[in-house]
Amino acid sequence: MRTIGFLIQKEFIQIFRNKTMLPLIFALPIVQLVILVNAATLEMKKIDMTVVDKDMTSTSRQMIQKFDGSPFYQVDKANFSVKKAEADLKDNSSDIVVNIPQGFEKNLLGEKEADVQFLINAINGTAAGLINAYTTSIISDFNDKILVDQLGKEFELPVEINSRYFFNSQLDYNIYMLPGILVILVTIIGMFLTALNIVREKELGTIEQLNVTPIQKYQFIIRKMIPFMIIALFELAFGLVIGHLFFNLPMEGSYAVLFLFTLIYLLVALGFGLFLSAISNSQQQVMFVMFFFMLTFILMSGIFTPTESMPDWAQTINVINPFMYFMKVIRMIILKGSGLADIQHEIFSMLIYAVIILSLAIWRYRKVA
Amino acid sequence: MTNENIIEVENLVKKFGKFTANDRLTFQVKKGEILGFLGANGAGKTTAIKILCGISAPTSGKVSVAGFDAVKHPEKIKQNIGYMSQKFSLYDDLTIRENFRLFGGIYGLSRKSIRQRTEELLKRLELYEYRNRILEALPLGWKQKLAFSVAIMHHPQVVFLDEPTSGVDPVTRRQFWELIYEASEEGKTIFVTTHYMDEAEYCDTVSMMVAGQIRAFGEPRELKTEYGVKSVNDLFIKLARN
Repeated sequence: MRTIGFLIQKEFIQIFRNKTMLPLIFALPIVQLVILVNAATLEMKKIDMTVVDKDMTSTSRQMIQKFDGSPFYQVDKANFSVKKAEADLKDNSSDIVVNIPQGFEKNLLGEKEADVQFLINAINGTAAGLINAYTTSIISDFNDKILVDQLGKEFELPVEINSRYFFNSQLDYNIYMLPGILVILVTIIGMFLTALNIVREKELGTIEQLNVTPIQKYQFIIRKMIPFMIIALFELAFGLVIGHLFFNLPMEGSYAVLFLFTLIYLLVALGFGLFLSAISNSQQQVMFVMFFFMLTFILMSGIFTPTESMPDWAQTINVINPFMYFMKVIRMIILKGSGLADIQHEIFSMLIYAVIILSLAIWRYRKVA
Repeated sequence: MTNENIIEVENLVKKFGKFTANDRLTFQVKKGEILGFLGANGAGKTTAIKILCGISAPTSGKVSVAGFDAVKHPEKIKQNIGYMSQKFSLYDDLTIRENFRLFGGIYGLSRKSIRQRTEELLKRLELYEYRNRILEALPLGWKQKLAFSVAIMHHPQVVFLDEPTSGVDPVTRRQFWELIYEASEEGKTIFVTTHYMDEAEYCDTVSMMVAGQIRAFGEPRELKTEYGVKSVNDLFIKLARN
């Protein structure tokens, strides 16, 4: 144990003496959280709408009014030909075209049924889906209003939808994204720093001097993990503070549970970095390999899209994606207040994963030159 | 000098694919001896030294250092040797004192003896006042002497020096050899590789390696008489040409 103490002391001296690393440790979480949380949003705040109103009646205007009054729509273009309105979709100046045919009001009042057409720009499928959902809900509101108007005040709708959103009542996108970004931040800091550090020692040749000493492999691995683990945990704490101060991030669960899980998770993340550095000989190599894994893991982690909706084969592959576990658990703890019992499956999985990856790293690390 | 062998090598072979870097090396080194391991660049000196230090496994043959088998117990050998690599390998971003503390700690020295040894060794090098300097900016000659001091800090039985004086000025080289003599007088066995043939004259025994094989082994004076040459340099040229 004494040996490990000397080694950890050395790592900290080197980290704090490094003029590029130290500022990065503080700047990274601020920049990532402030920029990404605000920029990487799936909320549609400004849907550009082009109106083709061939009916020109009070009913058609009422419907357009509905969209204009919504904070999500910007009804700023009008046209009399669908062809011309389509051009707006093509040059991206419009997200949706509403086409109200002639006789809309007449059909609605006379035959109690009328058609209206929406053309949605679906270059971004997710955005198109959202626009469709918003639009449908506005139209259904409009329908209800017509029914009430026609049948009198005493009429009640047979089934009234009254939604309440649990765990994120305002559907605030920021507090959904922020924990996700924290996961990436903590992992990048931990995994990259660990891997680069070891490979750098290989490049400089200092690792050779260590290899001729009687230092044990496990001591070597522990000494490389503990400093970066402390830094990664610090990043999490720092990120949470920023979240509370600037984004009203709630904390429904317990900090103890969150930090405990993070600690177990970091065994896996850093173990991964250690393993990759054991099989690489240059910083270039390890960066490239790690970049490949990081990108795949992050995209499949569920930060943007729910993992449950991925195809079965992808979900099977995702079992080895450490990001996926942490992404799920951090949101459960922060937004839902889940306790140890709720995340026991994830804790168990991470522990098994840690044992496997650390054994691999120790096995692959050769005390040879 | 006693007659006890501290290094015993028998039929050591190391192959990298089809290339044979060490071809059936057999030799013994006595305790307290200074062995000059000579050879041209690429003759297989570094390969042999790495096997003796336990950081590379031989293809075949028997190697024992300080009483331990290099294949079965490389970690036990490591506790009993000091090693200075061809490539400078102390930490450039640590101070002199921090480097000494780190390696002293790894070899299990107590904090007190780390302090004592650091002071003792640095005062001998007349570098004690620079102990809080970061290594990066120091001249190469100083760094080499520091690396040697770190290698003998834990009083190893054998010290392996892989071309310790390459790229160093003649005055520093001379000082370096004084350090080697001092360590030898303390009873440490010195195994030093070099391609400066004048340095070979300072050794108790020299080994001449050519193309992976040991072509001559013995005291410099005896070898010179045997081959009828004036200097080790001439001996080397004679052996390398054949």
